[in-house]
Amino acid sequence: MREQLEGSQGIARTVARCRPEVVSAYPITPQTHIVEALSRMVRSGDLEHCEYVNVESEFSAMSVAIGASATGARTYTATASQGLLYMAEALFNASGLGLPIVMTVANRAIGSPINIWNDHSDAMSMRDCGWIQLYAADNQEALDLHIQAFFLAEALSVPVMVCMDGFVLTHAFEPLEIPLQNDVDAFLGPFEPRQVLDPDDPVTIGAMVGPEAFTEVRYLSHIKQMQALDLIPEVSADFRERFGREAGGLFSCLHTDDAETIVIVLGSVFGTIADVVDDLREQGSSIGVLSLKSFRPFPTEELRAALSGAKRVVTLERALQVGVGGIVSENVRSALSGTSIPTHTVIAGLGGRPITRKTLRPLFATAMAGELPEVHFLDLREDVIEREIWRASEGSHTGPHAESILRNIGIVRAEPV
Amino acid sequence: MSETLPYYQTGTFAVGGRLLTPEQRAVQSDPDRMNAITKGHRACQGCGEALGARYAMDAAVRAADGRVIAANATGCLEVFSTPYPESSWRVPWIHSLFGNAPAVATGVAAALRAKGRTDVRVIGQGGDGGTVDIGFGALSGMFERGDDVLYVCYDNEGYMNTGVQRSAATPPAARTATTEPVGGQPGNSFGQGKSAPLIAMAHEIPYVATATVGELRDLEAKVTRAMEFHGPRYIHVLVPCPLGWGSATNETIQIARLAKETGMFPVFEAVDGAITSVSKIRRRVPVEQYLRGQKRYAHLFSGEGRPDIVARLQAAADRNIERFGLLDDGDENVNIDLLEVLATSERGPQ
Repeated sequence: MREQLEGSQGIARTVARCRPEVVSAYPITPQTHIVEALSRMVRSGDLEHCEYVNVESEFSAMSVAIGASATGARTYTATASQGLLYMAEALFNASGLGLPIVMTVANRAIGSPINIWNDHSDAMSMRDCGWIQLYAADNQEALDLHIQAFFLAEALSVPVMVCMDGFVLTHAFEPLEIPLQNDVDAFLGPFEPRQVLDPDDPVTIGAMVGPEAFTEVRYLSHIKQMQALDLIPEVSADFRERFGREAGGLFSCLHTDDAETIVIVLGSVFGTIADVVDDLREQGSSIGVLSLKSFRPFPTEELRAALSGAKRVVTLERALQVGVGGIVSENVRSALSGTSIPTHTVIAGLGGRPITRKTLRPLFATAMAGELPEVHFLDLREDVIEREIWRASEGSHTGPHAESILRNIGIVRAEPV
Repeated sequence: MSETLPYYQTGTFAVGGRLLTPEQRAVQSDPDRMNAITKGHRACQGCGEALGARYAMDAAVRAADGRVIAANATGCLEVFSTPYPESSWRVPWIHSLFGNAPAVATGVAAALRAKGRTDVRVIGQGGDGGTVDIGFGALSGMFERGDDVLYVCYDNEGYMNTGVQRSAATPPAARTATTEPVGGQPGNSFGQGKSAPLIAMAHEIPYVATATVGELRDLEAKVTRAMEFHGPRYIHVLVPCPLGWGSATNETIQIARLAKETGMFPVFEAVDGAITSVSKIRRRVPVEQYLRGQKRYAHLFSGEGRPDIVARLQAAADRNIERFGLLDDGDENVNIDLLEVLATSERGPQ
C-alpha cells in the first residue's frame, strides 16, 4: 500500500523492518528526521529488540556502531556533511575491520562556508574509505536500497552507505511503498556475523598489522568490492522479483543505447535530467542519461560497455575536486581510457543551488554541438567572481571571501539563478 | 585495629597469600586464573601498564565468571599485546581507534543488551592519552548515558607509545619530549592538566576509584568492587613507565608506592559521586624521594637544582593530603580493605 510520506519517515520505517539491533545517532541536518523517527519507534516498542544510543558526536556514533557490529548486532546509523567527516577515522576503521554497518548519508555540502543544503561533497570526500556507496535517484529507491544495503553488507562483511540527497529527498513528501515485514524478513534473513566478540570463542579483532601482511589485508577489501560488482546486480534482480520494483543495480539507463551524447548523473537530479532528455529526444536529439547507483565499487567495465557507442560523455556532478575538477568524471574517464570518446565534467548544484531545466537545455545543446569545455561550472556567476578577485587584489587585508560575495550579490534578497 | 599490624612483614606492607583463606587470596595467586593478558607480549621490562592490566583484567574476569569482552584504545597496551599475528588476549578483545574505546565499549554493551545477554560484562581500557585527552569526549558520553561499562585508564602520565610527549595527565615539572626543561622552563607547566577521576565523579556515576600498581591487592579489590555495580564505572590506575619516566625497571612498584606515600597521587574510591574511602599514607615521605628516582625530574636536581620547583611540587602533594585527608588521624583504619581482610582472617600468624 502506498502512503504519502516524507522521505525520512519512509527510510526510518524501512530501516525498522530490517530489524536493526543497535542504532546510534547524533543529530545533524538534514538526516535528523530519520533517527528521530527510529528513536520514537524504539521508545514506543514498535521497534523491538533494538537499542537506540544517543551519542555525543558522529565519531562516537560510528564507534558505537563498530562495537555493536563486532558483537554481532545488526547496526545502523545516519549522518551527513560535517558529521560524515567527523566520523572519517572510524569509517576507515569499520571497513578495515569488515563490519557490515549500514548508514544513510543525507548528502549535504561541506563547509566552510557552512551550508546545510544538498550536494555530494560529503560522500565523495569519503570515496576511498572502503565503504560501498550507493546513490538513490528517488525516495522509493532510497527505501529499497536500504534493504539491499543490509543484504550486501552482511553477505560481503563490508559496510554500506546509502546516499540520498539531503532535503531534496529526505524532506520531500511523496507516495511511498513501505516494504512489508514478511517480505523484508524473507529477503534479509537473520544477521550471521563472520566475526563476533564472544567469551565462548574469544578472538582478537583489530590487531596491529605491519608491512608483512598489510597489503594482503587491504587487497582483500578491494576483492570484496570487486565481488560487490557482481553481487549488486544480483541483489537488485532478486529484489525486483520479490518486491516487483526496480531499485539499485550498478546503474540505470534512459535512451542511452543509440545516444551520441550520454549524461552521467548521481542522485535525485536524475529526475530533472530525464525530463530534459525526454524532451530533447522528442525533438530528435540523440541524447541519453545514465544514473549511476554504485559509485563504490565503481563499475568500470560495465560503464565502458554502456558508453562504448557514445560520441561524448558528460558527467554532471554535485561535488568539486578542488584543483582538479570532477570526481566521478575522473573515474568515468578511466573507464573510457583507450577509447577516443571525449569526456566532459559539469560541476553543478553545489551547496543546494538548484539544477533547473532552464539551464540544462542550453548546456546539453552546447554539449551536443561539441562545444562544451572539459570542465564547466554550471550557472557560475562570473561577474561576481571577477569582482571578488579584483577586490581581493586591491589590498592585503581584504577580509573573508564568503562575506564579501554575499554582500556583493545582496544577501537581503534571494538571488534568482 | 593496631593489633593487626604485626600481620605485615617488617619493612613492607605486603602480606603473603598463604596467610589468607582461599577466598581471600589474590586473583593472581589462583593457579586457575585466566591470565587474560598472557605471556609473550612485547611490553618493556618493568612496564607498569602490563602489570596493571593483568591484575585489573583478571580480577574483572573472575568477577564476571569469565564472561568479559574488552575494548581497547590505541596505545602501548594495544601495540605490545597484539603484534601480528599474535595476541596476548585470552578474552574477546577489540581495538578500533585511539579516541573511541569508550564508545566502542558502549556499542558492545548495547549489542549485548539488545540480544538479552546479561551474562557478559564489558571492559573499556586505554592509556592516559587515549582516555583523558583524545577519548575524553567519548568517555564523558559513556558516563552520562549510564552505559554498562567498566572503563580502566592506565595512567603513565604521557604519550609513551609515540615517544614520551605531554598529555593532560602529565604532572607539573615533568620532562617530556614536548615539555623539555630548556630556556628556564620547569619541564611541564604548572597550572595545567586535569583530574579525570574527579571529572568522572562529577558525572555521578556509580563507582570511581584510583589505584596504583604499588598496591595490586587494592587494584584487584577495586576492580572486584566495580564489577558489583552496573552502569558506567571508572578506575584510574597509576602505572609507572620506566621508559618515559627514566626510572629503574626494577623500581616500578616502589615508584608507584612513593607516588601514593608522598601524596602526589591520591588513592581513593567514590560511590555515586562522593568519596567513600581513601587509602591513607602509611609513612609520609617528602616528594623529593619520589622525584629523585625518575630522570624526568633530573633537571630539578642537577647543578644548583630547582628547590623552588621541588617546593611547589611538595605544596601540591600537601594540598592533596589536605584535600583528600590522606594522613591517618589515628582513628581511622589504615588501608581499610586490606586490614579488614586481615582482621577476618582465620589463618593469620599469632
